[in-house]
Amino acid sequence: MIPIDPNASPSALLELIYRLKVKDIMTDTLTTARKDTTLRQIQTLMRENKVSGVPIVDDRRLVGMISVDDIIRALDQGYIDSTAELHMSRQLVVLEDDMPVSFGISSFEKYKFGRFPVINKARELVGIVTSRDITSGLLMEMNRSLEEMERVLNLQSVPEPAGQVKRVFVVQQFDYENAGRASTELKKILNSRGIDRALQRRAAVASYELEMNLVNHSLGGRLIFHIDDDSARIEAVDQGPGIPDIAKAMTEGFSTANDWIRSLGFGAGMGLPNTKRVSDDFDLQSTVGKGTRVKAVIHLKPAEAS
Amino acid sequence: MTIADLEHQLGCKPLVPYEDAPLTGAYTSDLLSDVMAHAPEDGLLITLQGHKNTVACASLAGVKAIVLAGLRDAPDDMLQAARSEGIAVFVSPLRQFDLSWKVAVLLGLAKP
Repeated sequence: MIPIDPNASPSALLELIYRLKVKDIMTDTLTTARKDTTLRQIQTLMRENKVSGVPIVDDRRLVGMISVDDIIRALDQGYIDSTAELHMSRQLVVLEDDMPVSFGISSFEKYKFGRFPVINKARELVGIVTSRDITSGLLMEMNRSLEEMERVLNLQSVPEPAGQVKRVFVVQQFDYENAGRASTELKKILNSRGIDRALQRRAAVASYELEMNLVNHSLGGRLIFHIDDDSARIEAVDQGPGIPDIAKAMTEGFSTANDWIRSLGFGAGMGLPNTKRVSDDFDLQSTVGKGTRVKAVIHLKPAEAS
Repeated sequence: MTIADLEHQLGCKPLVPYEDAPLTGAYTSDLLSDVMAHAPEDGLLITLQGHKNTVACASLAGVKAIVLAGLRDAPDDMLQAARSEGIAVFVSPLRQFDLSWKVAVLLGLAKP
């Protein structure tokens, strides 16, 4: 029902289900009825509000529950116009709003109910929880935590050692939508550092070729920039498939690209030779079945610029 | 030669708003690696490659304007990328060779 095992799940998830309270994930806009409401009226309530269980309240105090099963039975046995009081479940399992979500999860495992009413300290009905609420509540919280993590990671990367910049970009295979984004970022960084345009261009060529190689040929990888006052080092590291014949791959005009990659203007067999041509240092290591690592360095000191 | 000459002298149709600027040279190619390697900075690119990656490549190569020859289509995401990168995009009914020759004349590299 809820595929989370409170004993054997990742600790981040366990931490989440203990930290989150039932009130954080419950639905608090309630569809309720009174003891004198007829089952037919409740059936209408269920249909109009798209709920499968209606708590029966006396003022704000929870006194019973009518589920869709009770309605079906009433229709079947012909007492749909009788009142909730006569047919509601009175033996209720409730959750308290301050309980951790883990408690809600085990309740769903233990009792085969589709929903649990939630009450507060004063025993008043304050919400209702379905397994769907738990799933979406956990997803929202995980989403929020991830956003927070990304924000913190970004903040941490801001104060860099003076004069040094490191950037890592994840590049996906066949992601033509984002292709070139990493290289554009590199060029912006170099531009902001007042690097000579010809050097910017050489770094952009190396970076773009390596980035497009990741997009066109790899199973996905990372593009890593290390920039300091002396040089821009560009590394492309992928998870395969690896290059069987490096000498061939370094030959201008040789390409393994398929027709549709070529139709986009790639796969001319110029990527690696271009990269090597614009680089002051170039290194390529590849193992078939493992992956490829290419390093291209462009010296940024005017004396070394060619 | 400036970017506006493409519109006013050569009848190219602008697909995004552009700011006029001098063009230092031009390059004609459909291979983006070739464009990366050889297109002149602050220059013009004449190509058949009407897609978003052409803009990324042009931006990295410092190309200021792109003309899609032979009335090639430009998809919306290409034009959007061009707007945000500040690259002018035009379309021309001329074929690459004819357009290249006319541009060469305006650049003072060939006789009319």
